Amino acid sequence: MSERNASTSPAPSAASTGITGASILLDHVTKRFPGQVHPAVDGLTMEIPAGKIVMFVGPSGCGKTTTLKMINRLIEPTEGRIVVDGDDVTEMNGDTLRRGIGYVIQAGGLFPHMTVATNIGIVPKMLGWDKARIAARVDELLELVSLDPALYRDRYPKELSGGQQQRVGVARALAADPPVLLMDEPFGAVDPITRLRLQDELLNIQDELQKTIVCVTHDFDEAVKLGDWIAIFNEGAQLEQYDTPERILGDPANEFVENFIGSGAGLKQLTLTRVEEVGLADAVIGNPGERAADVLARVAEAGHGHAVIVDDRHRPIQWLSRRKLGRLDLISAVPDPKLPVVGIRATLNDALDTMLVSSAGAALVTGRRDMFKGVIDVRTVMDAITRSQTAAVLESDKAPVGLNTGMFQAQASAAEAAEAELIGAESSSAQSSSAQSSSAQPIEADGSGADARAAQ
Amino acid sequence: MSTGSLKAEAGIAGGDSAAGLPIAAAATVSRARTVWASWRGLVYQLAGIILAGLALLVWLLTADLSAIELRTLAPAALWVYTLEHLQLTLLAAVIVLVIAIPLGIALTRKPLRFLTAPVLAIANIGQAAPAVGVVVLLALWVGFSFWAATLSLVLYAVLPVLRNTMIGLDQVDARLVEAGRGMGMSATAVLFRVELPLAVPVMLSGVRTALVLLVGTAALATFINGGGLGILITTGVNLSLTTVLVTGALLVALLALLIDWVGRVVEHVARPKGL
Repeated sequence: MSERNASTSPAPSAASTGITGASILLDHVTKRFPGQVHPAVDGLTMEIPAGKIVMFVGPSGCGKTTTLKMINRLIEPTEGRIVVDGDDVTEMNGDTLRRGIGYVIQAGGLFPHMTVATNIGIVPKMLGWDKARIAARVDELLELVSLDPALYRDRYPKELSGGQQQRVGVARALAADPPVLLMDEPFGAVDPITRLRLQDELLNIQDELQKTIVCVTHDFDEAVKLGDWIAIFNEGAQLEQYDTPERILGDPANEFVENFIGSGAGLKQLTLTRVEEVGLADAVIGNPGERAADVLARVAEAGHGHAVIVDDRHRPIQWLSRRKLGRLDLISAVPDPKLPVVGIRATLNDALDTMLVSSAGAALVTGRRDMFKGVIDVRTVMDAITRSQTAAVLESDKAPVGLNTGMFQAQASAAEAAEAELIGAESSSAQSSSAQSSSAQPIEADGSGADARAAQ
Repeated sequence: MSTGSLKAEAGIAGGDSAAGLPIAAAATVSRARTVWASWRGLVYQLAGIILAGLALLVWLLTADLSAIELRTLAPAALWVYTLEHLQLTLLAAVIVLVIAIPLGIALTRKPLRFLTAPVLAIANIGQAAPAVGVVVLLALWVGFSFWAATLSLVLYAVLPVLRNTMIGLDQVDARLVEAGRGMGMSATAVLFRVELPLAVPVMLSGVRTALVLLVGTAALATFINGGGLGILITTGVNLSLTTVLVTGALLVALLALLIDWVGRVVEHVARPKGL
């Protein structure tokens, strides 16, 4: 499966849409660990659409990580089937399966005794690529995650910052161009500012590649920001709601989801609007080596207050006010480390954060590979807030299937009143089945989905 | 590896953005100095050993020796004793490596994982048993010979190597093993490409400890006709020949220091880069 997708001729259906990801189906998957009363994952049926980012959130110990690891069979399911891209992978060789699925863990999980290039080249090497092809791929991937290959290729992981390690971790997972990327709390170990940048970059990369990404997080804001779909789990990998961020925020399925969202759901709506969806202001652009006076003239002509200096890859390196330009002679090529930059896929929330931190009242917006796109200011954000407050929650009719068929929830809800369990299947779970059907969005005429519904 | 840490600092100073600054020049300038710093201790140790050896030689040449002492300390005889000693040590060391490393690996694999803690406990207790006791008791059992000596040395030195192999493998971050498996490396590939390389420093230091122990313990082999430099010490004690006693003791000590030095050099060279 991996080899087919990694090859140069993607499936015809995918070629037209640019999606390189594969769909995943968990079919009645159960995992029981020895010595535990309740299954960690209980009869979970879940569809993960191709080319989308699906976020798994839930309290710790709820089975979200176990579910993730069953997709690449790092944890073998006790019952049920895993279907990737239409192929049942439950019985295939686990190592072969995993070579075709990218896997990212916290802090990147880089091997400290290997250079960045060796780390990234591990899977291609196992797949038998020749050296030149691996080297070219390593450079391509480092570019993709915004690290200069010449500078970073031969470094060891400990010579990188946490954020850089995490980028290399993502590059390594993408090395053999797998259709599916699994991420286990990928940004948990980096500082908040770096985390925002990494999230933006992941979205940019996803824009370019359109993989199927399944990502476990305990950070609901991260789920809202990154996810096309969010699956909220309760104990036993019980799906409480599996829906778009908009609908989860606007129409939580039950109290559990409400509690999980926490307070400030209104403010969280800010995280639903991305920078690219609001209008960006243009800026006067200068290059290092230019005479400051020339740039100043252009700034004055455009009636702007600032000029953005970009490097040869069109990445912003400085943001100079008229006053600064007036004092300079030549524009230098030294990057300003405190530049307020947000990615084009960043949320308005992040943009606002960046502006407040930089106290500039505006921020520079970058797109793919950190290229400069425009400027966003506080006023734009405020306008967007007003608009999003009035915007109605959209009905989504293409929601993927997600439901539990296990008995865990019935048991758990009846824990305090044992007799409730004795009443029988049809009456006992009026409550629990309503919770279940609320988590099950309009089910497509899919065999397994219909089965599962019939089982209720 | 101070070269690495210098680079690391520069890497962090370069910031999280892609625009790190070239630091190669600074690194090259300080390279010679850092290489010397990492080797300095080893050079001093070797110099000390050579100086002590020379001092012993000068003392023997100038001392007023009796006929028996001269005969016992004849260069040819000393050479034979030293070779025997080394032979015992190295043979025991090779056997130890062949036994302890695979055993240590096996005991840290999943099926035998539950044995890790008990075996480590026994290894720690065994280490405290007096060497003379082990040597003599074993000789009573298997007979007085070179092979009995080798066997007892092996028993004694297997423990540190086994212990360090297990600890070395145990302290490899479980998340790295999981990352390896998650990328589709087989369990064997993870062992050889991730776990063992990362365990090498700890394992080698166990091997060095074992070698030094072996050189010292091999001096006891003479009690059971095992040969080696120990004969100088027993002769010196039995016949009250202080010069012979001191020479024997010093030679064993110098040999131990020399082997320790070789071990340190190997550790220094074999330590995986990037750690």
